[in-house]
Amino acid sequence: MAINCTVNKKKVSLDIDPNTPLLWALRDHLSLLGTKYGCGIAQCGACTVWVNGEPMRSCVLPISAVSNAQITTIEGLDPAGKHPVQVAWDELDVPQCGYCQAGQIMTAAGLLKKNPHPTDQEIVDGMSGNICRCGTYHRIQEAVKLASKKIKK
Amino acid sequence: MKTSRRDFIQKASLFTGVFTLGFDWFSAEASAETSAMEVVTGAGRFNAFLSIDSLGKVTLFSPNPEIGQGIKTAFPVVVAEELDVDWAQVQVEQANLDTKQFERQLTGGSGALKHSWERLRKAGATVRKMMMQAAADQWKVDVEQCKTSKGFVLGPAGQKASYGSLAEAAAKLPVPSEVTFKDRKDYKLIGTRVKGVDNKNVVTGKPLFGIDIRKPGMVFAQIVRPPFGATLKSFSAEDVKKMPGILDVVSFKNKVAIVGENTYAILQARASLTCDYGSELPLENNETHANWFDEGMKSEKAQVMRKDGDFATAIASAAKVIEATYECPFISHSPMEPMNFFADVKADSVLLAGPTQVPQPAQKAVSDLLKIPVDKIQVELSKMGGGFGRRLSNDFVLEAAELSSLIKKPVLVMWTREDDMMGGTYRPAVRYRFKAGLDSNGEIIAFSLRGVGLNAGNSTRQDNFPVGAIENVLIESIDQKSTVTTGPWRAPITNFLGFAEQAFLDEVAEAAGKDPVQMRLALLEKVKTKPVGKITYEPARFEEVIKQVAEKAQWKKKPGVHQGFSVYYSHLSYVAQIAEVKVEKGKPRVTKVTAVTDCGEVINLSGAENQVKGAIIDGMGHAMFAKLNFQAGVASPQNFNAYRMIRGNEIPVIDAHFVNNGIAPTGLGEPALPPTGGSIANAIYAATKKRHYKQPFS
Repeated sequence: MAINCTVNKKKVSLDIDPNTPLLWALRDHLSLLGTKYGCGIAQCGACTVWVNGEPMRSCVLPISAVSNAQITTIEGLDPAGKHPVQVAWDELDVPQCGYCQAGQIMTAAGLLKKNPHPTDQEIVDGMSGNICRCGTYHRIQEAVKLASKKIKK
Repeated sequence: MKTSRRDFIQKASLFTGVFTLGFDWFSAEASAETSAMEVVTGAGRFNAFLSIDSLGKVTLFSPNPEIGQGIKTAFPVVVAEELDVDWAQVQVEQANLDTKQFERQLTGGSGALKHSWERLRKAGATVRKMMMQAAADQWKVDVEQCKTSKGFVLGPAGQKASYGSLAEAAAKLPVPSEVTFKDRKDYKLIGTRVKGVDNKNVVTGKPLFGIDIRKPGMVFAQIVRPPFGATLKSFSAEDVKKMPGILDVVSFKNKVAIVGENTYAILQARASLTCDYGSELPLENNETHANWFDEGMKSEKAQVMRKDGDFATAIASAAKVIEATYECPFISHSPMEPMNFFADVKADSVLLAGPTQVPQPAQKAVSDLLKIPVDKIQVELSKMGGGFGRRLSNDFVLEAAELSSLIKKPVLVMWTREDDMMGGTYRPAVRYRFKAGLDSNGEIIAFSLRGVGLNAGNSTRQDNFPVGAIENVLIESIDQKSTVTTGPWRAPITNFLGFAEQAFLDEVAEAAGKDPVQMRLALLEKVKTKPVGKITYEPARFEEVIKQVAEKAQWKKKPGVHQGFSVYYSHLSYVAQIAEVKVEKGKPRVTKVTAVTDCGEVINLSGAENQVKGAIIDGMGHAMFAKLNFQAGVASPQNFNAYRMIRGNEIPVIDAHFVNNGIAPTGLGEPALPPTGGSIANAIYAATKKRHYKQPFS
């Protein structure tokens, strides 16, 4: 039976194996390629998307669990790239290879949605679930702070 | 400077040839829209690196594969500087493999700017001169009276013409053979902070990477590979072939490829596949490797890499002898984007696409494999989700090409994280033994190093500091052959040798009763006045980074702060570091690393800082946590739950400085890594009196 949900404000119907992880449903069936595969076991955070506004690891989340849910991927955060987190990421020149950054941005935007003005320690803690192999961690933390300031305005 | 002919397209192929040659001038990715516009506006590609159309659009082509080192931003910055255009006016495009237009179209060895600096400047300066000449002709003035600013030529009587308006006339002029470069004090872009040209595409989730490639008719595949040293005896494919979404199961070269309609179908099928392996020789374990190290240390067949004076006599006469052994395991590159590649093999042509650091060797290897000439093999370059040397090997390209030729379909082969960690071309495991002999004044009179590597090649850097400062030196290397595949890993060999050597010198300084910084400076003074044998480094540049880091980090001037010093020369650049460690709840924590880098001219300060900070975090994380074990030829751990990667809550403050002396730029993607293990280990020693001899530290 097909799984119905909303992805980036569009209704979709997925008539595929209900055990399919959301990550592969997004990438292989909905052609949303911004969400990345990194480990497949919820360790690196590259696949982070929002499910009903909550950052989740899509690589271990079967689509059967997202029936009727609202899903937001990096493509849906702000397609124009104007979300404060996206703007801060560009301003501070965060990306090196860029591969993990969709997951970092979805985690950061999720963090700021819950807690728009986190302390430095809350930023470090909130972001330490996401691996960046290039080591852009300093700028990630600075960019979350900058994005938080932009939200204040 | 010497300029290769292919750096510059013949004048005849400029505007005059636009209608016939126009398509070739753009990468194969060029859209129909772009080509149409080109015809309408008469866009001209002046040389390999740039085109300017009559509307003034400047397109800069970046040939080298982008892996996160920022070359796609740095190269165009240099061209734009000499061309004298506004950065906002510039569009950057990744060039695909084009051996006719570009040389050294690869990513590795931190050598891109060293190689291309003059070529890029010349590419920009030449066209700037042609623009000025075109304007001078039009205004009937002497070209010497013309200037440029932000994409305009300015004349002596206040005339002003845009590059776009001059492009057609400029393209008809002869290409000047002599050009002058800007004085660096006039730089507007070089040395400033320029944001990554792909940032906006990254933050909006555009499909930029190899794993994102989608082509008409494409199928997906994953490949099951044998343990190292094993051969495939048999496998059960019948049940797997019947599984939903599975299109084919084929075997080649001891591997089994599962071809399917989507990733999850293939992952499911893999769980049902059973493979039976055999091997002629015993498969390797950790113990096998330890034995090979022991044998290598005892062997009398070491290759002598360097010999100065008489080490044996000098060490026998030494008042004090210091000896230490260091060891590192095989480690994985672990780029966040696992290996993958697209191949579409047809009877007489091939399309390859994806993340490779070395597209030309990939093309050649596929040509050799399939017996299809290189000029029939097109290679499209995707952005790479990291690589750190892993994508210098083309095993994954060949697999994709071979599989496509067998199934006769376009295919994207993706490696899972487990495949990536189990099928690496790892950083080789190495053991080093250092010896130093001191005279009664604490001067080093003898120094030796024996490196035993497992598939490491030469595991020493025999002409590097402190060699050149010591009278009696013996450097030896032994390479033991293993079935475990190895390859370059960010700062090959020096990623661990740098740690071992700098940790050893710290111990030597202590034994000699000398300050580690002062000891290095005294040794360099000897090199400056009376070098021993051949050296590859410049002692004055070494000295400068040491002095600057000691000042900036307030070496030994911060009461209660435990500091560790290191300095290393690699990829023609010099990096000195001082790490600081605090002991919290009985455990040492690295709180800060100050680094001073001499990489010559800094092209993009933002990118340069990224490289230094990233390399330090990389060096620290792998020194502290990374290790692969081997059991019956199989590597473990196989994923990030047990193979620990450094995270954002574990990083020190990093203070990155550059000497920025205007010398032609040298490497920056790697050189900040080799000194990192040493500065940290030496700071940990200062804090705890415990020395580390093995990586990982924990």
